[in-house]
Amino acid sequence: MKLFDQLLGREPKSAQTAKERVKLMLVHDRTDLSPKTLEKLKDELIGVISRHIEIDVNAVRIEMTQEGRQQRLIADIPLRPALRRRAG
Amino acid sequence: MPGKVITITSGKGGVGKTTATANLGAALAQSGYKVVCIDADIGLRNLDVVLGLENRIVYDLVDVVEGRCRVRQAMIRDKRLPELYLIPAAQTRDKSAVSPSDMVRLCDDLRGEYDYILIDSPAGIERGFRNAIAPADVVMVITNPEVSAVRDADRIIGLIEAEEKGPALLVINRIKPNMIKRGDMLSPDDVLELLAIELVGLIPEDEGVVTSTNRGLPVVLDGRSKAGQAFRNISRRLLGEKVPFLDIEEEGGLFGRLTRRIRSGGD
Repeated sequence: MKLFDQLLGREPKSAQTAKERVKLMLVHDRTDLSPKTLEKLKDELIGVISRHIEIDVNAVRIEMTQEGRQQRLIADIPLRPALRRRAG
Repeated sequence: MPGKVITITSGKGGVGKTTATANLGAALAQSGYKVVCIDADIGLRNLDVVLGLENRIVYDLVDVVEGRCRVRQAMIRDKRLPELYLIPAAQTRDKSAVSPSDMVRLCDDLRGEYDYILIDSPAGIERGFRNAIAPADVVMVITNPEVSAVRDADRIIGLIEAEEKGPALLVINRIKPNMIKRGDMLSPDDVLELLAIELVGLIPEDEGVVTSTNRGLPVVLDGRSKAGQAFRNISRRLLGEKVPFLDIEEEGGLFGRLTRRIRSGGD
């Protein structure tokens, strides 16, 4: 969308901006989870999982998604390739 | 069948709770049901003014709760709609004068004789809001298509669910089709997607609401008003009828959908 708008040399419509802003607000309002807390949770999660299995720390992604009024915390934690694990 | 208690709330102030309560009450009374509207906004009463009954108040909600009068003595009968009654809020007291259990007792008393009891909730999420939803069978959340109103609506929907009064029904008020068409106002689709609850009404911005409120007449009594029509439609949906939504979405709809598709193509 941004590329398209840039090509036409215009900004996104204000309703679109409003919707994206509200979406973000609601994620945090509904869970009472600030971006800072989420970051801390991510670090702790990495710590715990690393104790048992080798993971690609820099590729870990944690995000909130919503389906209707249901909030979900999704963690994507890639493991280190087995080859490198053996080599390492 | 015992009467049904419907609470109208919003979180944010000024989105149209009182207007909605007055007009739904009037629309249900027009359809022949016995209706009591209760103004639960103690200290900031307004439902009496919107209904044009402000000069006839003798007793109020706090008088009833504190036993200074019987419920029937505090009920003001509407001039135009004989099946419509108002229990006004006290103007010189605050919300702590009434408790949630007082409201439950009062509504249980009214259920036997009236078909619908509509409660106009105060703004906010404190005592007044809790008083208003305590006796509710159905909670209706009013919002406007703007960021702060939608955010507050979401907060209040969460609280309604936490109090096990959900799922709430949504009314979107003050919709401006031209602004939606220009992409400068959240569309009903946008708001629904964000709040994810069942829609029960779409009300267009209508100057008729201001002029009829000036006169103390509910806008549903004006047969030509678009907002009046929208409120009548909500009352029919509450009665269980399947009523198609007004053309508001259609006016912004096709164009909105089209641009959305082009835009997502450019993503």
